[in-house]
Amino acid sequence: MRYLLRRLAFYLLAAWASITLAFVIPRLMPGDPEATMFARFHGKLDPQAMAALRDTFGFSDEPMWRQYISYLGHVASGDLGVSVSYFPARVGDVIATGMVWTLFLAGMAVVIAYALGTLLGIAAAWRRGGWLDSIGPPLFVLVGAFPFFWLAMLLLFLFGFTLGWTPVRHAYDSRVSAELSLSFVWSVVTHAALPAITIVVATVGSWMLDMRNTMVSILGEDYITMAHAKGLPPRRVMFRYAARNALLPSVTSFGMALGFLLSGSLLTEIVFSYPGQGYLLIQAVRSLDYPLIQGLFLTITLAVLGANFLVDIVYVWLDPRARRGQQ
Amino acid sequence: MMFTELLRVEDLRVEYLTEAGRVRVVDDVSFTLRRGEILGLAGESGSGKTTIALAILRLLKAPAAITGGRILFEGRDILDLDEVELRRMRGRRIALVTQSAMNALNPVLTIGEQLADAIIEHERVTRFRARERAREQLQVVGIDPDRVRSYPHELSGGMRQRVVIAMALALSPSLVLMDEPTTALDVVIQRDILVEIAKLRDERGFTILFISHDLSLLLEMCTRIGVLYAGRLVEAAGARSLAEKPKHPYTEGLIRCFPPLVNRAAPAGLHFGRAGPPPRLVGIGGAPPDPRDPPPGCHFHPRCARCVAVCRTTEPALITVAKDHEVACHRLQS
Amino acid sequence: MTGVINQLAHNRRALVGLAILGCFALLALVGPLFVGDPTAMVARPLSPPSWDHWLGTTGQGQDVLAQTIAGARTTLVIGFTVGFAQVAIGALVGTTAGYVGSRVDDALSLVINIFLIMPGLPLMVIVAAYMPTGSITIALVLVATGWAWSARVIRAQAMSLRDRDFVLAARLAGENPLRIVTHEIVPNMTSLLASAFIGATIYAIGAEVALEFLGLGDVSAVSWGTNLYWASNDSALLTGAWWTFVPTGTCVALVGSALALVNSAIDEIGNPRLRTEHAFEDELRAAGMSPGLSTPVLRREVD
Repeated sequence: MRYLLRRLAFYLLAAWASITLAFVIPRLMPGDPEATMFARFHGKLDPQAMAALRDTFGFSDEPMWRQYISYLGHVASGDLGVSVSYFPARVGDVIATGMVWTLFLAGMAVVIAYALGTLLGIAAAWRRGGWLDSIGPPLFVLVGAFPFFWLAMLLLFLFGFTLGWTPVRHAYDSRVSAELSLSFVWSVVTHAALPAITIVVATVGSWMLDMRNTMVSILGEDYITMAHAKGLPPRRVMFRYAARNALLPSVTSFGMALGFLLSGSLLTEIVFSYPGQGYLLIQAVRSLDYPLIQGLFLTITLAVLGANFLVDIVYVWLDPRARRGQQ
Repeated sequence: MMFTELLRVEDLRVEYLTEAGRVRVVDDVSFTLRRGEILGLAGESGSGKTTIALAILRLLKAPAAITGGRILFEGRDILDLDEVELRRMRGRRIALVTQSAMNALNPVLTIGEQLADAIIEHERVTRFRARERAREQLQVVGIDPDRVRSYPHELSGGMRQRVVIAMALALSPSLVLMDEPTTALDVVIQRDILVEIAKLRDERGFTILFISHDLSLLLEMCTRIGVLYAGRLVEAAGARSLAEKPKHPYTEGLIRCFPPLVNRAAPAGLHFGRAGPPPRLVGIGGAPPDPRDPPPGCHFHPRCARCVAVCRTTEPALITVAKDHEVACHRLQS
Repeated sequence: MTGVINQLAHNRRALVGLAILGCFALLALVGPLFVGDPTAMVARPLSPPSWDHWLGTTGQGQDVLAQTIAGARTTLVIGFTVGFAQVAIGALVGTTAGYVGSRVDDALSLVINIFLIMPGLPLMVIVAAYMPTGSITIALVLVATGWAWSARVIRAQAMSLRDRDFVLAARLAGENPLRIVTHEIVPNMTSLLASAFIGATIYAIGAEVALEFLGLGDVSAVSWGTNLYWASNDSALLTGAWWTFVPTGTCVALVGSALALVNSAIDEIGNPRLRTEHAFEDELRAAGMSPGLSTPVLRREVD
């Protein structure tokens, strides 16, 4: 319990650091930040938008620390300002629409990849020298070395454009109305299939390798020998004694990789024009919608922190030693 | 059908099949274990004693292979058994107690679950009944049965070792292999555990193969002792016979290593830094050979003060030189 | 140290990996001399591979092969430099934290952990969006977001080395701490540092290519990432011009895999358990058995 509280404190600290970074970075730009930012719009913004922009960033004549406090206040109340490219929609609303799709796609794909990779890793470690163990690692190393988004492009090209097996963009067919009907669900599934497969293919290899190596280390421990010496069946030893212990460092790596995994899924979204956070991000960058960029940065970072905390909870549930505050 | 001879190891040879060729770690070792006795296997690390124990259970890891000999247990050759028969044998008829109970227990399961696992596997009882049996076992080794829900890291070293012993005895095996069961513990706890083991043996009547590098411990616990050096058995005798009249130069060296508390030269007896000159502690110079490149002939000859020409060329055979006392040394066979 | 190099030389994987890297290094160094100006328009845009242009042309009529080779130099130089910088900073911070310990360690660890946990891409995007586009920006951003991983790994090693006998002896003898670090600790971390460098480079190349693909690099420069940016911009997928993006991605993958191969070879050397025992399995198979749980019985004499 104490362990979890300490972790929570850490995440709060990291969250504060991110929020502060988002405040500091625009002001680090060379020259007068306000003028530079507005100059990029070549005077195309109407006065309302300008005022909204100024408001969001807290640009005013007040001293820096005052701006910081009011900024913190805005963030704490969930007010991330008004979007420039989707004017007059609020940044928070724009992000919310994207959040659903990202959670759906990335959440599902990452979990599938992890589960699949872990099982494959256990199987590979059990049959050392088997075909899975010899072919698997080099093959997955190769596949994993391809950039996420390039794999997305390749798969999209092959299956979407050339073979026409799957749709090529967006989350569902715009001709289908967004209600809980079978055709809608089917549309969602077919649109998510290829992006999800990309993410799974790109990452399953590293989970498998990771788990295999951890299992191999654990299989050398005394308690495994003792388990066999008790006459327990091999499968029981593999799951209840070996894998159960190998899960601990595996879950820890999963937590550490969350940031990277999310980045990869965002890139995949971009290639597939899948309307999640990633797609929003690139549009925001292209149109220099600074409030949206900042808002996305905050939500993505805080989401990763939150997910990490969830992983910590799972870890404590798995490791009896952590429950007592030891490690 | 009762066998007085519980375990007979004949010319056991264990080799590691490495990229650089075969490395022999157990070299044609033979010994017998009679029902009810405690046989000790003494030797330094690397002498092959743990390897023998794991070989009996066929649990040596790759790249080890058993390349010669027979292991007869209750009349059947363990080397002929298939996987299913081996699994039925392990835990049920032959049990293992390893050293460093720190690592012998699964950190993520309660000790109750680990005790119950073995019981459920071999005897088709319900989980509930198995849990009850687990509690009984804990009581037998002197642990509060309510600790059945504890995790290994919540127990002290001594308690963990008792749990491991309880696990080994849970199914009433006829043979228990104990590999350095007390090495990782402090001296006081060591004593307690050894007393516990002796008591349990008296109550239950199982046979023990006791492996240790600590010869003094073996001299106290065991009825018979075998001394291993570099994969070979160099001497085997009753405990008293070995202590009073060690015949192999290596054994002699080992016995001379013990500092005596009683100085026979001093008038009052007790030594403690006062009367009489302190006895000299004599070690054995040199180091055990690398199993990849052992010396020809007798493995001990480079360190032996009594080495002669034949020792360098021919391996001495294990020969009975007195009642229940075998030695492998050229100097004693003429 | 020489032992490690010796073992690497015998490791199949390491040799394959190093061979591939050598090819690319050669390509990066001398390739541009042979291909002329990669940005020149040489033929009809989006023409498929032909004898004139082995890899076809881009949406601007540029030769894809020339772009790929020219891009190698930019991408690899940035990638290796960033990787090196990440490990250098990571080593500095990590060794200090691990060796000095206590308060300094607490503070540095906190900083390391915060940098570690923040997702890289959003941070990189937000910084790159505000700063002028270009390779320097990308390099700086990558180093700033990526040094923490090496720092953590090196810190762990430094901490365990600190308590080893020979270091303890040096400390008790009153040796200058700086000297201890440079002469006792760092030399014992060479395989770890090599592994960290390789890992950091893999990450750097991947992230660099990703950022350039998003258009945050200097889009007028020729690098693998910008090649992909233009390919995507010119609707490579819609027009079916696979040759504009497949070769570049394959190159990135080859370099990445080669680095990963070398890395896993280093891993194996450090952790012998990971090595597969070929001789053992071969002998078993020759006797008609396969490796299983129980120790096999091989009575055949081999002499």
